[in-house]
Amino acid sequence: MVHPFRYVHEGKPYYLLWDVESASLSVIDYAAYLFAKKRYATLTPQEEEAYFLLSEEDRRELSEEFDELEKDGSLNAEPIIKEFSKSADEVKALCLHICHDCNLACEYCFAGGGTYHTARDYMSAEVGKKAIDFLIEHSGKRKNLEVDFFGGEPLMNMGPVKEIVGYAREQGEKFGKRFAFTMTTNCLLLDDKTVEYLNEEMENVVLSIDGRKTVHNAVRHTRNGKDAYDVILQNALKMRKARGDKKYYVRGTFTAKNLDFSEDILALNDAGFDQISVEPVVLPEEHPLALKKEHLDKILAEYDRFTEEYITRRKDGRWFNFFHFMLDLEHGPCPNKRLTGCGAGTEYLAVTPTGDIYPCHQFAGLPDFLIGNVFSGIQKQSIRDTFAKNCVLAKEHCKKCFAKYYCGGGCAANAYNFTGSIDGQYEMGCELTKKRLELSLAVAALEKKGKN
Amino acid sequence: MKHIEQVYKKALCKNHETGCGECQSSCQSACKTSCTVGNQSCKQEEKINTIVKKPE
Repeated sequence: MVHPFRYVHEGKPYYLLWDVESASLSVIDYAAYLFAKKRYATLTPQEEEAYFLLSEEDRRELSEEFDELEKDGSLNAEPIIKEFSKSADEVKALCLHICHDCNLACEYCFAGGGTYHTARDYMSAEVGKKAIDFLIEHSGKRKNLEVDFFGGEPLMNMGPVKEIVGYAREQGEKFGKRFAFTMTTNCLLLDDKTVEYLNEEMENVVLSIDGRKTVHNAVRHTRNGKDAYDVILQNALKMRKARGDKKYYVRGTFTAKNLDFSEDILALNDAGFDQISVEPVVLPEEHPLALKKEHLDKILAEYDRFTEEYITRRKDGRWFNFFHFMLDLEHGPCPNKRLTGCGAGTEYLAVTPTGDIYPCHQFAGLPDFLIGNVFSGIQKQSIRDTFAKNCVLAKEHCKKCFAKYYCGGGCAANAYNFTGSIDGQYEMGCELTKKRLELSLAVAALEKKGKN
Repeated sequence: MKHIEQVYKKALCKNHETGCGECQSSCQSACKTSCTVGNQSCKQEEKINTIVKKPE
């Protein structure tokens, strides 16, 4: 599968050719773009006219160049894997819901204000340690294991976090496993001692902040309705400073209220962050903050606008990394990984404060997705088997998508929430993923060529 | 080539024999790693994903 596309940089059109199966990326001239669209896609009527204006010599040259790349396996390459079966037995990552409670009440929270639509609850060290035992027991030969402390707000329950980390380090030593811990926090309780602890123990720290002060305060306020941006920004900056070269990132959410979200990404960069993720909210259509089809053109144009500023900043001393434009085009993961995405339900599971096991944090509390408990083990392997089959090759809407190896088939929870099925299509998500992939490929090509 | 300049070559084919499951988990959904599979690195190749750092 070949995907020819266009990106306009500083008013000048660039034409790109993306080979889906080999992941080779080329910058081509307009004649080659027309030729590629004629050979692999569909020309618009205007392009059809332009194509027929190409000289015989041009067409012969183009044909030879395309044939050479096809022969080399760099263009229109055959799929590497045509059939795929994933194991649903081993686990490598757990999301520990250390706390089903939160000191913020964000208007778009998918977790019902942190409680996951249940009673407020806090994970005990006992449950957490049992989860570590469960992970080690089910990890097979894998050496690199991951534990993400998640909430609600995990800083509201730091005692058990410290006990669990200590226990996991001990057990890891005993069983030859390496643990990488991550914490996602809203930063409100991030005091100096906690900064020091997280900096020491966490592989990655995820700091939630939405960008501009007005945007953040409009949707992320305390439980009693107060603004918290100033405190959160200062605490996040404190954490960022402590991290140095260690992994961290700030992550925000954009909603229907801030379709000019590039301003929020840039505001985070201006504030001093260089690892930034700002993501589209996922909410049902009836929610006032939901992104809807009618917003799509504006969102896509905003990504274009952002990309130009992104390219500029990356070369003028304000370099930063935007997570949705982060691609590894040289050493990325194997096709097996690309076909299965996040591994929810199989290698990745979520554990609630009571020890219940779900396919991922977004399914927590849904009775149909209760897999088991860390004390009693896996009770419904059939749920995991269903997730194991939910790969790119099994989804009709993925088969002809040029972004399939860079999204892994999308988020099962989003698909379930919008279609009632984990293998359904969350169309807005697909459109945004495709746009971001085109733009990130364009950025990669321009930076490689040094023409930006 | 006159019309085509390849800037990245056949990365996907390089490591199709792995599938060891040692690479970092990815998640595209709320508040998590913000990673798509496209930005993971292969542990077997022991390559450091340098693209998250500002080039020297």
